[in-house]
Amino acid sequence: MPVKAKGKRKLDFRSGWDYAPAPESADHVTLQGRYGHFISGRFTEPAGGRYFRTLNPSSGKPIASVAQATSRDIDRAVRAARRAAPGWTSLPARERGKYLFRIARLMQEQSRELAVIESMDGGKPIRESRDLDIPLAAAHFFYHAGWADKLPWAFPGRKPQPLGVAGQIIPWNFPLLMAAWKLAPALACGNTVVLKPAETTPLTALKLAEIISDAGLPPGVVNIVTGGGAAGAALVNHPGIHKVAFTGSTEVGKKIQRALAGTGKRYTLELGGKAANIIFADAAIDQAVEGIVNGIFFNQGHVCCAGSRLLVQEPVAAAVIRKLKDRMETLVVGDPLDKNTDIGAINSRAQLEKIRRYVTIGKKEGGTCYQPACKLPSKGYWFAPTLFSNVSQSSRIVNEEIFGPVLTIQTFRTVDEAIAMANNTPYGLSAGVWTDKGARHFKVSSALRSGVVWVNTYNKFDPASPFGGYKESGMGREGGLHGLEPYLDFEN
Amino acid sequence: MRESKTKGKNDLRVRVAKTYKLLIGGALVRSESGRYLRLIDPRGRHAGNICRASRKDLRNAVQAARKAWPAWQGLTSYNRAQILYRMAENLESRGELFTGLLRQYGHSSATAKTEFTKAVDRLVYFAGWCDKYIQVFSSVNPVSGNYFNFSYPEPTGVVAMTAPSTHGLLGPVSMLAPALAGGNCCVLLAGESWGALAIELADVVLTSDVPSGAINLLTGNYDELASYMASHMDINAMVTASGGMKEWQALGRASAGNVKRLHRLGEDDIIHGEHPRLVMQLQEIKTIWHPAGS
Repeated sequence: MPVKAKGKRKLDFRSGWDYAPAPESADHVTLQGRYGHFISGRFTEPAGGRYFRTLNPSSGKPIASVAQATSRDIDRAVRAARRAAPGWTSLPARERGKYLFRIARLMQEQSRELAVIESMDGGKPIRESRDLDIPLAAAHFFYHAGWADKLPWAFPGRKPQPLGVAGQIIPWNFPLLMAAWKLAPALACGNTVVLKPAETTPLTALKLAEIISDAGLPPGVVNIVTGGGAAGAALVNHPGIHKVAFTGSTEVGKKIQRALAGTGKRYTLELGGKAANIIFADAAIDQAVEGIVNGIFFNQGHVCCAGSRLLVQEPVAAAVIRKLKDRMETLVVGDPLDKNTDIGAINSRAQLEKIRRYVTIGKKEGGTCYQPACKLPSKGYWFAPTLFSNVSQSSRIVNEEIFGPVLTIQTFRTVDEAIAMANNTPYGLSAGVWTDKGARHFKVSSALRSGVVWVNTYNKFDPASPFGGYKESGMGREGGLHGLEPYLDFEN
Repeated sequence: MRESKTKGKNDLRVRVAKTYKLLIGGALVRSESGRYLRLIDPRGRHAGNICRASRKDLRNAVQAARKAWPAWQGLTSYNRAQILYRMAENLESRGELFTGLLRQYGHSSATAKTEFTKAVDRLVYFAGWCDKYIQVFSSVNPVSGNYFNFSYPEPTGVVAMTAPSTHGLLGPVSMLAPALAGGNCCVLLAGESWGALAIELADVVLTSDVPSGAINLLTGNYDELASYMASHMDINAMVTASGGMKEWQALGRASAGNVKRLHRLGEDDIIHGEHPRLVMQLQEIKTIWHPAGS
């Protein structure tokens, strides 16, 4: 290559690189026009008679109507769960497990339909709902099914007992997967449940209700009630529940913690994050760039453990940023149901406005904003993948969770500096470390104050792997051996 | 203050009374506020003054605990175990002092002795956990994919404690030992009437190779300091063995400010508090993923 040309050449990704559309068909999907609450094994009309519409964020068009829960509906659901509790608890543990195995199998059988509905209702690329959300949700049921009759082995000598009724509130970023994270361990441990899906993404949970009904689960063991924050608050404050499991924002998590003070109810909170993704100079750079992209643009950045703060060691910073920008040029933003899509629709108008607000703040604070030249669809809610450089530890976009495809970039020189920067946050959910040196990876990953550390990978999840945060990212774990404890009482 | 009543030439000897201070950052200091509380024994006699720690003293103690944390957490488990065992040794050798104080504040000789021996044994019990609980409560997780994935406990960080109004020695020891065994740094507020005992405990801390600031001992007023502990943003967890339901609820509300882990111990947990649960409730589970090749 002639020296003169160096630095002038730029890869052109915008000519001859278009993919032909490859949409997943939705004609096999069966959805009702209207869904009631799933209480005591059947769909019932809401007490207040009101419904709200759930929209497809890629078009802004309504998909179905779902019931708006009032405190009366919550009360009915909690009573149903309480009635079902003695029977469910006294069922031989192996039989309890068999129901969960059955649910896992039915989910696998209906996985294509569930994936399409997940992408329609939430806006995530079909590639992700098909390859991650749905298979992992089924895997959570399958994994926990086998625990049901083995709990004494998980806690030797402690005589584990179910808590009773769990009230569970889940977010809109992984609707079915979060439902599975919540339901599977609760049921395996012998509890009955009232689950409230997120307001903008209730459909796969309601499909799961149909599956639960098909599986013949005794009525009232799982109750699913749809609604917004008021319904969630009514569930948290209901005196008939024994435990609250919440996944969502730190702000709401604190409100729940306050509300539960002194009540004796148990709780687990899985809250926000602002994870550092740390690239050391000796890392495999191309792999690290893929990890950065996966860390922040996976699921449009609507991920509590997203690697939203990139920390790059100075010697490789320029190369990493150049390769990252090149890689971003190839990202396909668009129709969630298209199998080529990398980044789908932003989940809701409210979330889109929040992301825009933070990008404006980032620019006002002097950050340098970079976005690839991608065309966004005219209808629906979209946001281009975004980088911010020239930011500092005190920038708001470095400190606050944006929950969108926005990455901040900072550089560091030494290992200790990287650790200090990574830990300089009230959050502590996750982190990424990219290095080829084994000793460095152990030093850094043990010094990071976060519940999950991905080394030379990012955003990996598994039912056997405990997940949850330090500090203001919450308390308690979900998944794995450690995720069982929050659903159990012990005799000693 | 009580004078010696023994006959003979000791009649004229004046007992040397101890000045009780606070233990903050490895130093015995008076409250920055200059305030004090009168210690009154069960017979209504003045038994000395203790410091009435202020919010500023608490902040200083938290700062010292945070600063000491890397050193304490960074010790090997074996080393931490030896330090806790050393505390047991140094407590054992002060038997007369502690049983005397326990008697002075209302214990019978028999219960004073029980309380004292239990406290020593509790330190030995938790010294033994230092290098074991990680093994017992860790896991290697069989994830679907070529990853080596494992989970293990790490200390929560800085823990604030309010000791009970009963069990002046066993209370603080039972609260400190599991937190320390798990690598946390502590700020403990002694039960108000037991301040002198807590500060005598400072001498045990100071002679046992505990890094400065890993244990901070305050005396003062529960109502004044407990809620402030709960709302302090740099305290990661709080353990309380005092106050009723109303106080418990107030602490719960205040502790939500930084998603603080809040635990309540009953009298049973103090008397029979030998369970690894007391270590684990001040731990966080970390999970690490590493590719294992394809």
